[in-house]
Amino acid sequence: MTATAHRSPAHRPAAHGSTALYDVPGPRTRRRHRMYGVVSTALILALIGWILYLLFDTGQFTYTKWMPFEYKGIQELLLRGLGNTLKAFALAAVFSLALGGVLATGRLSDHRPVRWISTLVVEFFRAMPVLVMIFFIFVALKVQPLPALVAGLTLYNGSVLAEVFRSGVDSVDRGQREAAFALGMRKTQVMSHVLVPQAVRAMLPAIISQLVVALKDTSLGYLITYEEFLHAGKLIASNLDYDLPFIPVVMVISPIYIGMCMLLSWFAQRVSRWERRSPKTEAVKVAPAEPGTLLPGGGRSPTAPRP
Amino acid sequence: MNVLTDNFSTFAEGFLGTVELTVYASVLALVLGFLMASFRVAPVASLRALGTAWVTVLRNTPLTLLFFAVLLGLPRFGLVLPFQVFAVLALGCYTSAFICEALRAGINTVPREQGEAARSLGMTFRQTLSLVVLPQAFRSVIPPIGSTLIALAKNSAIAGAFSVTELLGTYKTLSELGYNIVWTFVWIAVGYLIITLAISAVFNVLEKRWGVAR
Repeated sequence: MTATAHRSPAHRPAAHGSTALYDVPGPRTRRRHRMYGVVSTALILALIGWILYLLFDTGQFTYTKWMPFEYKGIQELLLRGLGNTLKAFALAAVFSLALGGVLATGRLSDHRPVRWISTLVVEFFRAMPVLVMIFFIFVALKVQPLPALVAGLTLYNGSVLAEVFRSGVDSVDRGQREAAFALGMRKTQVMSHVLVPQAVRAMLPAIISQLVVALKDTSLGYLITYEEFLHAGKLIASNLDYDLPFIPVVMVISPIYIGMCMLLSWFAQRVSRWERRSPKTEAVKVAPAEPGTLLPGGGRSPTAPRP
Repeated sequence: MNVLTDNFSTFAEGFLGTVELTVYASVLALVLGFLMASFRVAPVASLRALGTAWVTVLRNTPLTLLFFAVLLGLPRFGLVLPFQVFAVLALGCYTSAFICEALRAGINTVPREQGEAARSLGMTFRQTLSLVVLPQAFRSVIPPIGSTLIALAKNSAIAGAFSVTELLGTYKTLSELGYNIVWTFVWIAVGYLIITLAISAVFNVLEKRWGVAR
């Protein structure tokens, strides 16, 4: 990956000749671009206008449909849902980090059977859809919704994080390891005193962006009747008294969900920018562990939220 | 074991449902992703803004929420389509954001000197793009697009929970018939493994043929 791929779009304005695609435009081209700009802006505004028209036309802004949000009980229902979402996220995050640590240790082990088993576990859980695992735990093992959701998320994200940890430790300069062994440290000491502290700093953005995935996936709890945010929304949306305020509910819930995830993604980007500026970690670059497994990853920044 | 042999048609139907969903959604995601990626590198500011908004919003939307909004919300909007179509729309739009970012990163891996050289040879914009930049970008995006499509196949499981016919959904039918639930899930897992392994095999071939040697 070249340096340009790392730069955020703000630093990489396409029109100023910093991609392979364009020259700095001359006066005629600029005029043409301005015309395109006007036309596309008009089209986009027309599209937004049409959507607004549809919303008004189907009566999405009537008082009855927005009335529920005035009630304290319903506000509390939504807050409780949000709280449950955050609870599942916090539990899943902590357990995934722990499981990731254990599995990464296993994959870096000197004992072949341990290595094999960890690899098998990591590869299997990365290849399975999270929802299948959650349903399996919920339906076949008859576990309560919250533990089932947390367990499913932990198995998946823990496996992905194990790969992040492993590639982080592997990416620390070889000399560090050799120097530590030369000083007579044991393997555990080399790991805990030399390699891991350096790796963690470089891995942090990748870890946070994996947490975005976990946060997004807590909404899968809705499908196994865990009473999280989306579930609260569904309860309100299917209420006949308020004329089934489905679209209003989506309009209230989505910004909150998307906002939380964007905040976390933004934080990951921030951290990776700090890391890139810090001379201590310059040599270490952690490739993101891919969600799809089985394929080598390339061309993606470690902070990108993954599907 | 006899879960599979007794209910082969149910499994086959679910399996084909997942394959269909994956194929259609992949096509939609690739088309939309390409469109949005070209918006994001366009010289027109408003198109760039549209592309950025599309990617930022969709990448940070939980897919369940998107399914919820599309499958249950759009009908209230007056838009009534078969659930299968809605599922393809939700999956395709969601994945297109990731495809777009993969493509854009791919375009960024092409050194700008390549474009400068092409222009200094007198190539037009279209020639620069189609003969110099895109072929190189294409080679470096094969692996990330492969893993994005694998993620799409796995994500299609959510459609099943929203009662679209696909592989995960088969468990409901079979558990009602009283079959062993653990074995049912084993065969569902095998089904997903077949699909993801197939995609990864295809992309490994593509990469061997056209990928960049790093």
